[in-house]
Amino acid sequence: MKSNIITIMKKEFARFFKDRRMVLTTILMPGLLIYVMYSFMGQGMSALYAPDEELVPKVYAVNLPQEFAQMEQLPVEFVTDVEAETAKKLLQEEADCHLVAVFAENFSQEVEEYEASSGEPAPVVELYYKSTSTDSSAAFETMKELLNGYETSLVNKFDVNSGAGPYDLATEQDMAGTMFSVMLPLLMMIFLFSGCMSIAPESIAGEKERGTIATLLVTPMKRSHLALGKIISLSVIGLLSGLSSFIGTMLSLPKLMGGMEGVSASVYQLGDYLLLLAVILSTSLLLIALISIISAFAKNIKEATSWVTPLMIVVIVISITSMIGSMQAKTLPMYLIPLYNSVQCMNKIFSFEPNLAAVLLTAAANIVYTGLCVGILTKMFNNERVVFSR
Amino acid sequence: MKEILVVKDLKKTFRISAKQQKLERTKEKIKVAVHDLSFQAYEGEIFGLLGPNGAGKTTTLRMIATLIAPESGDVLVDGSSVVREPDLVRSKIGFLTSELKLEEFFTPNYLFDFFGQLHGMEKEQIETRKRDLFDRFGITRFAEVKVADLSTGMKQKVSLVVSIVHNPDIIIFDEPTNGLDVLTAKVVTDFLMELKVQGKTVIVSTHIFSLVEKICDRVGVIINGTMVLCDTLPSVTQEKCLEDVFFDIYAERAGEAV
Repeated sequence: MKSNIITIMKKEFARFFKDRRMVLTTILMPGLLIYVMYSFMGQGMSALYAPDEELVPKVYAVNLPQEFAQMEQLPVEFVTDVEAETAKKLLQEEADCHLVAVFAENFSQEVEEYEASSGEPAPVVELYYKSTSTDSSAAFETMKELLNGYETSLVNKFDVNSGAGPYDLATEQDMAGTMFSVMLPLLMMIFLFSGCMSIAPESIAGEKERGTIATLLVTPMKRSHLALGKIISLSVIGLLSGLSSFIGTMLSLPKLMGGMEGVSASVYQLGDYLLLLAVILSTSLLLIALISIISAFAKNIKEATSWVTPLMIVVIVISITSMIGSMQAKTLPMYLIPLYNSVQCMNKIFSFEPNLAAVLLTAAANIVYTGLCVGILTKMFNNERVVFSR
Repeated sequence: MKEILVVKDLKKTFRISAKQQKLERTKEKIKVAVHDLSFQAYEGEIFGLLGPNGAGKTTTLRMIATLIAPESGDVLVDGSSVVREPDLVRSKIGFLTSELKLEEFFTPNYLFDFFGQLHGMEKEQIETRKRDLFDRFGITRFAEVKVADLSTGMKQKVSLVVSIVHNPDIIIFDEPTNGLDVLTAKVVTDFLMELKVQGKTVIVSTHIFSLVEKICDRVGVIINGTMVLCDTLPSVTQEKCLEDVFFDIYAERAGEAV
């Protein structure tokens, strides 16, 4: 009677894959939409925060010292002979003014006479800018740099990292790993859950709602075979949906990161992907099993979907642990905690610290939990109050 | 004649939800759906179950089909107990009720194969049986049309052939002609007679007295979950027609004037 599990699986696959709309919305669209969305977001964010590189910021300077006015190759264009209040108004209106710099009246002299050890307040330069304007923010940074350079030239005792470098020894791969390990476990869990949520309520609560589950239950097939057949086939579909979103994310992430070199899916080896597959396959089994149990309690798809929502919140909260260093798994038994184990395994894989024992323990634990869920679902299929609650 | 179906002291109660209590204006928390119900059906006969709505007919049939478990008592289907060997019982019966629906996304052809496989049939067996039944019911011409696109009569025909894909010896039909047009209803009625000729045992639950009078060999009347009459049709209708007999019993047992 093992073939009954396969018969149920074949039927579930036929139900899904022969329905072009379902394939499109569950498998093709998530990956494609994520790719398009993230790519546009990346472009938009780059455009938002990247100032015009050819722009020479126009700085309205009040009491500009001669030293600055005489500087060669200035990165800014000074406009002098202006009142502070008028300049500020121009800046607020974004009328060809990126920054207002107000120097003390005898700034050069005050600086020359100032003793740091005197305890007196140092001469002040006030820089007014508009943080919501990219060009104004860029002008603020440039002017600050210019002033810092001037200050350093007055009292230069030592320099930090003034050589050719590079001083940051983290490779691009390390940066990619850090970025992926923080973001991807959460995204991956959300994608997997969404994929499972789009099919399991339809298959379990939907069959109850349509009255087709009872038709299956009058055949000599064992209830456990029905539960197992459904969970395995739905997990495969949920996994495909999750993978679609994952591929879309991996391809679009470099664009989301503003074209950062080294941030791409190619930083991981085949072994990493195999471990990842083991984790997400066992996770989708468990998620499908959990959603199936909730769906079996529900009278219809609508009710099932609303009952599954709290589980999604739990999954998101657990997934956030990948972003919190203090909540990371430190011992092997911690990989027995359902869902948390999957998040932690993904975190380790994405940060190039895969732990084979942890992955195996996670996969085994998830399969055991799924087995328990199959047992519960089998009991539910035997319960007339569950089967006939419509 | 061989006793092929033995129903022994079957009992089933249901808990009534607060919502149902309000609807039915009752304070009772438990409803006795079937109470110490017993009857037998013999090989090669059609047994008719008559009773008003809520009498316990469907609950009885569901217990025979192992969809729900009896609280006490048992049903022996060709010697197999619904309590101890439900899987075996399901392989021996064909069960059709209006509550059992087919996946509308699939075609009759696909569904027949699917249910044949679930009954453990070989491919050739399924094909032969499919040819016979599809020709008999005129399903061949719409065998590749999705169930969703079929008329109610066509759907009922498909449900019927799917329920007997495995050629069971005991066939249980709950309201088999409900909602059917006269032509389809006749096809179904003729088929039930044909099954009887083949030596199959058919249990039919219905409201239609004429149907019982036309096809049934024996009849059982259920009122308030109790079998109040169970005999051969000629014995029951010796003095009065079935309809009058039923309403006399109903008025007496249910305490309601009809």
